[in-house]
Amino acid sequence: MPAPIRLRELIRTIRTARTQAEEREMIQKECAAIRSSFREEDNTYRCRNVAKLLYMHMLGYPAHFGQLECLKLIASQKFTDKRIGYLGAMLLLDERQDVHLLMTNCIKNDLNHSTQYVQGLALCTLGCMGSSEMCRDLAGEVEKLLKTSNSYLRKKAALCAVHVIRKVPELMEMFLPATKNLLNEKNHGVLHTSVVLLTEMCERSPDMLAHFRKVRLVPQLVRILKNLIMSGYSPEHDVSGISDPFLQVRILRLLRILGRNDDDSSEAMNDILAQVATNTETSKNVGNAILYETVLTIMDIKSESGLRVLAINILGRFLLNNDKNIRYVALTSLLKTVQTDHNAVQRHRSTIVDCLKDLDVSIKRRAMELSFALVNGNNVRGMMKELLYFLDSCEPEFKADCASGIFLAAEKYAPSKRWHIDTIMRVLTTAGSYVRDDAVPNLIQLITNSVEMHAYTVQRLYKAILGDYSQQPLVQVASWCIGEYGDLLVSGQCEEEEPIQVTEDEVLDILESVLISNMSASVTRGYALTAIMKLSTRFTCTVNRIKKVVSIYGSSIDVELQQRAVEYNALFKKYDHMRPALLERMPVMEKVTTNGPAEIVQTNGETETAVLETKPPPSGLQPANQANDLLDLLGGSDITPVIPTAPPNKPASGGELLDLLGDLNLTGSPVSPPAPQIAQPPFLLDGLTSQPLFNDIAAGIPSITAYNKNGLKIDFTFERSNTNPSVTVITIQASNSTELEMTDFVFQAAVPKTFQLQLLSPSSSVIPAFNSGTITQVIKVLNPQKQQLRMRIKLTYNHKGSAMQDLAEVNNFPPQSWQ
Amino acid sequence: IHFILLFSRQGKLRLQKWYTTLPDKEKKKIIREIVQIILSRNQKTSSFVDWKDLKLVYKRYASLYFCCAIEDHDNELLTLEVVHRYVELLDRYFGNVCELDIIFNFEKAYFILDEFIIGGEVQETSKKIAVKAIEDSDMLQETVEEYMNKPAF
Repeated sequence: MPAPIRLRELIRTIRTARTQAEEREMIQKECAAIRSSFREEDNTYRCRNVAKLLYMHMLGYPAHFGQLECLKLIASQKFTDKRIGYLGAMLLLDERQDVHLLMTNCIKNDLNHSTQYVQGLALCTLGCMGSSEMCRDLAGEVEKLLKTSNSYLRKKAALCAVHVIRKVPELMEMFLPATKNLLNEKNHGVLHTSVVLLTEMCERSPDMLAHFRKVRLVPQLVRILKNLIMSGYSPEHDVSGISDPFLQVRILRLLRILGRNDDDSSEAMNDILAQVATNTETSKNVGNAILYETVLTIMDIKSESGLRVLAINILGRFLLNNDKNIRYVALTSLLKTVQTDHNAVQRHRSTIVDCLKDLDVSIKRRAMELSFALVNGNNVRGMMKELLYFLDSCEPEFKADCASGIFLAAEKYAPSKRWHIDTIMRVLTTAGSYVRDDAVPNLIQLITNSVEMHAYTVQRLYKAILGDYSQQPLVQVASWCIGEYGDLLVSGQCEEEEPIQVTEDEVLDILESVLISNMSASVTRGYALTAIMKLSTRFTCTVNRIKKVVSIYGSSIDVELQQRAVEYNALFKKYDHMRPALLERMPVMEKVTTNGPAEIVQTNGETETAVLETKPPPSGLQPANQANDLLDLLGGSDITPVIPTAPPNKPASGGELLDLLGDLNLTGSPVSPPAPQIAQPPFLLDGLTSQPLFNDIAAGIPSITAYNKNGLKIDFTFERSNTNPSVTVITIQASNSTELEMTDFVFQAAVPKTFQLQLLSPSSSVIPAFNSGTITQVIKVLNPQKQQLRMRIKLTYNHKGSAMQDLAEVNNFPPQSWQ
Repeated sequence: IHFILLFSRQGKLRLQKWYTTLPDKEKKKIIREIVQIILSRNQKTSSFVDWKDLKLVYKRYASLYFCCAIEDHDNELLTLEVVHRYVELLDRYFGNVCELDIIFNFEKAYFILDEFIIGGEVQETSKKIAVKAIEDSDMLQETVEEYMNKPAF
């Protein structure tokens, strides 16, 4: 068998391959040769073969058959073998491999080898990829080497200890004694790795942290740092005129951890921090790296205010630096500190706003986030202008966030209603398609509440969609407004700007175009149709046209549209007397406090108290539909209709108001009709964070069977709220004792006017047969007047191929459920 | 540091050092993803990229990209210095190092890296000491080989 080719030969050969296929062929040939060589247990060339294997591994080819060979190399006496063996181990034998643990014994022996370079190899391998078992076994050896006087080994042992602690935190204690005089070393390598070890210990264990504070580690570190700065030029550790920046930065980081929340420690380091901050050269990246770490430390410990101002000013200077990296780092740090040192950051606002125009995407994103954090009542007009301009020109990935941010800021700091509406219009027209789904109901609520601006708003919206009705959120809001305030539009009542002359027909034209257009989403069409319907009570001459349009859609393919059209038709025909009342102008909606999608918004430098993000419920678009249904069937005007929430295949709808974790972000959900909900009074959400909302069922309210007919049984179980005695939670369980399942099950309920009701999403819409499963659904009832609870329920489902429907009244509520 | 990657302008991997444990397939996927991200960035952008929960710090030296993945609380600017120091060490050892040196002597590149960084942390801040350790180890190697009278590889 000829000697296997050399590594360099192989590399050269493989590089001549012109195609992937050619390369693969060469590799396969060589692998075969190597495999047979391994089988022959050839000691002399094993090293060479493994090296070649490692090269092929790097090219992406499998090399697992070399694992055992690496072990053999490690066990060999030759240094060359060991070197390649350990390299192979680090590349091929990570802890997921079965043979990983076989290394342990070899490493143990090598840790005690006579040659320090062999010991070094072992320490390095252990420290890079040793598994937890291995670490446990060998921790003792590492600890021994940590105390050696050989600085070459000591520094490696220190980092090995770091790895051991990361893998097996319980072993931390055992390294404590060895750390006693680690910092007395002169050798920078040992110093550096020791600081890393101490940092790791302090970060992981508050006890360790306390211990090190007690043994006066801070003064020791301060002294070392001082020496570094004051000492003259040392060629060995110099980087662009700064002495050992790596060590300086690590010391600063350790100081940060020691000084956090600790007055004494922070006090002891104030001086050195000021010194570093003022004396460090800033012309090169090195100096800035040190300054950056210094700033982070100053901001994190209990430093005096002068020092903090110094730090922020450094960041401000960074912002003006030509180097993009420095600007990036500055923005990141400012973002972290803007909450605590708001006023200082405000001073750099104009520079930050300039960064919005930077070419780097990450810088722009940070500048945007920072800008939103800095908006307050004083600067809102100027900032908004910049941000709107940014919205215009930024990348699509930012538009959604930017739009949401603008809405939030506008809501909090709008100087006037008109400005607010103008700003919203601007966002809708520039970035209309990127606006989040939940913005539409928010905007509608806002518009409703700005009563005096209705005419102006509807006029502007009308003009906006005249030209272009492709941006869905814009069209939705516009349709809704036109539906509500169309009468103001045609009567030309606008005060704020020049009223336009619009006829009823023109308005209907645009709404019909929206209905027909291919660009309109199903939801948008729904809005448009409802708007047209509402106009039937507001317009005088075009009612017939409206009737015609509505009846056309009675046979629309889109089920949603069809349902609406059919019901509106019914409204025209049988319930014309109710039409004006039903389609009346929406009342001003109350703002409801909930846990909103954003984090609690800070006051941005002003003295008001923080306001929770509000998410008002969307207007009752669908009540118009189902209201008909229930009113029709339940008769009696003393019942307030309740809208059931959509079945679970629309996960984003239903129950958000009571989603305690407040995740109300609907961007991911498919375009679906906005989940209609009744405005919940704030007190349903009291005591969200700390107390359990509801008593256990063990409070002993008996459950009832509310309905039992045709094999369908519905049970009610009750819970009362701890914090709010007016709230009752009813959990319904629907079961099916027949031999066929019931599908498309929908449960609807209505209660007398003095009550309020909310239905959450049901667990599913199918009740399996033979009582083998149930559907559960939660109803929350608010009963402030403590009246006797009554309920009318309507059940619809499909069974044995036919659609079933039934009404019932539930009167047997136990007194404990409502008293 | 979680991992270090060296790759060429064409996206060919020249060195990979992982300080965390991941399955092979995962590593390959990550490499592909990161190479694509970095190669698509132009000159005007900063050297930092937010990636998953890590930060990527990269710098191009001639035809090679050096990329480090660091944690959120690590100092990015200092990492640039770490990368630079590694390049300096390579340069000192090979004398005017170029990509070919690293291709043909990849195992030496690894050895040098292992004298500079262990477990994702810097172990030696002195250029002199780090390079001397490698050279001494090399001497050890040659001696053994001379004794055995066989070529290295």
